[in-house]
Amino acid sequence: MSDVMDYGSRLSKIESRKYGTFSYLPEMTEEEIRKQVQYIVDKGWQPAIEHTEPENARLHYWYMWKLPMFGETDVDKIMAELEECKKANPGHHIRLLGLDNIKQVAGTAMVVYRGDVPETALCKELPRPRF
Amino acid sequence: MAKGYEAGVKEYRETYWMPDYTPQDSDILACFKVVPQPGVPREEAAAAVAAESSTGTWTTVWTDLLTDLDYYKGRAYAIEDVPGDDEAFYAFIAYPMGLFEEGSVVNVFTSIVGNVFGFKAVRSLRLEDVRFPLWFVASCFGPPHGIQVERDKLDKYGRPLLGCTIKPKLGLSAKNYGRAIYEALRGGLDFTKDDENVNSQPFMRWRDRFLFAQEAITKAEAETGERKGHYLNVTAPTVEEMYKRAEFAKEIGSRIIMSDYLTLGWAAHNSLSKWCRDNGMLLHVHRAMHAVIDRHPRHGINFRVLAKLLRLLGGDHLHSGTVVGKLEGDRAATLGWIDLMRDRYVKEDRARGIFFDQDWGQMPGVLPVASGGIHVWHMPALVSIFGDDSVLQFGGGTLGHPWGNAAGAAANRVSLEACVQARNEGRELEKEGKDILLKAAKHSPELKIAMETWKEIKFEFDTVDKLDVAHR
Repeated sequence: MSDVMDYGSRLSKIESRKYGTFSYLPEMTEEEIRKQVQYIVDKGWQPAIEHTEPENARLHYWYMWKLPMFGETDVDKIMAELEECKKANPGHHIRLLGLDNIKQVAGTAMVVYRGDVPETALCKELPRPRF
Repeated sequence: MAKGYEAGVKEYRETYWMPDYTPQDSDILACFKVVPQPGVPREEAAAAVAAESSTGTWTTVWTDLLTDLDYYKGRAYAIEDVPGDDEAFYAFIAYPMGLFEEGSVVNVFTSIVGNVFGFKAVRSLRLEDVRFPLWFVASCFGPPHGIQVERDKLDKYGRPLLGCTIKPKLGLSAKNYGRAIYEALRGGLDFTKDDENVNSQPFMRWRDRFLFAQEAITKAEAETGERKGHYLNVTAPTVEEMYKRAEFAKEIGSRIIMSDYLTLGWAAHNSLSKWCRDNGMLLHVHRAMHAVIDRHPRHGINFRVLAKLLRLLGGDHLHSGTVVGKLEGDRAATLGWIDLMRDRYVKEDRARGIFFDQDWGQMPGVLPVASGGIHVWHMPALVSIFGDDSVLQFGGGTLGHPWGNAAGAAANRVSLEACVQARNEGRELEKEGKDILLKAAKHSPELKIAMETWKEIKFEFDTVDKLDVAHR
């Protein structure tokens, strides 16, 4: 068994919490984020930004940063908004979305800046199963 | 007298072969591949199929004169060669709307694939495609939720969903089964799945399975912070029992249940689908028995028809074949029917086996599920073939990981996300797949060991049910 590696995910470990697409990969570099912004623009989707305190990441509704950037295709401007949102909300998860109005759903959503999860966010008690 | 009555047998083509007929938008259209008995002309065989699948019987009857047969009859309106098969031909038949009960897939198929398939004048018969007119589509129930609603409910965007069928498929105790679920979900999967033949056997009764599965999900959700589900199979011997299991799944907080639409029966499945919409429950649909019906290239019903009728009956997921795994699946044909599951409008495209334009109106789509014999090395091809709106299910490819299910799941999730990221960056997955996975494995020991374990596995048997293409 010495060559078998334990899987270290824990209820009690904050780093075990995930938050959707790309959260199993290392945090993206600025260059990598730019490429994903470009992808959203190329798809014709509306870029949008949302953010939340990490402990509330499981809720459907995060805080919307301003309004979706309808018609915005300038990658630099979208990157600047991400930066501004990050500065205004230190410690928050910052999520980049591409809203697809034809399919009426987000075409993609990804956390591009990862916040710090405080210890208080940890799940203390699970619902008791009934047998 | 408007028309005289003359007893006896007429040739079918006198009444049912109408090469000048222009199909109407309201007609149900069908394309059959027909192999006639030797000596039977093509027009007569096509007309016989039209007759026997609509108003005709083997002889004239006096009551024919009490109805407007000219309206109600099916019309064989075109014949085409089958590329690569000198004996078979395609017969195109149009059925008027008045022949069918609104909203009843059961009724349509009882007609068009009924007695005619045992009819002596044809040696074999295959229903290749059906065009459902918009009035019929709109009269059917359709998927309980559809792809977009499922994404919103589960908070999963911009990537295929990941699943895993729990193995061994039979014989685990409920507690051990729940363990396998928990491990797979905590490792990063979105779903786990009951195998199709897991119902309520003595080794694991359904109620115990449901409860252990739900505890596994609850803990994995709390641990990872992500929404997850296990397809609780409610396929049961009676409809009453099916509803009982579905109600219990809802009561304990399950997000998704599953059924086997062919063995359960279409009427029961349609009812279950309605129940799912009423109760906010996603519905995963398995297709056990499909290969009995769809695999033979000259007889039966092509899977694209079974896929279309499932979208009409209702389901949020449907198994579609993988193209690359252990199970049968021609690539172009699979691409054709996954579009028929998902898209609003699909154009005729013979290169993908699609014989008719199909307008789905506002009916939501079904997520195709690729499952069977696939593992991390298949990921670049799967993401490229299926795109984001799909569920990729790795059974052995999760549970067979040398470090266990959680590591197997993490390997799959990392490889999936790496492929999606690379695709979004404009890279060609099927060419650069190896580099993309090797780079991702640098920060994921689980992926690295998975790639070492499965490197050599390939499935290279030839497909039995190929698209018809000329061999000369």
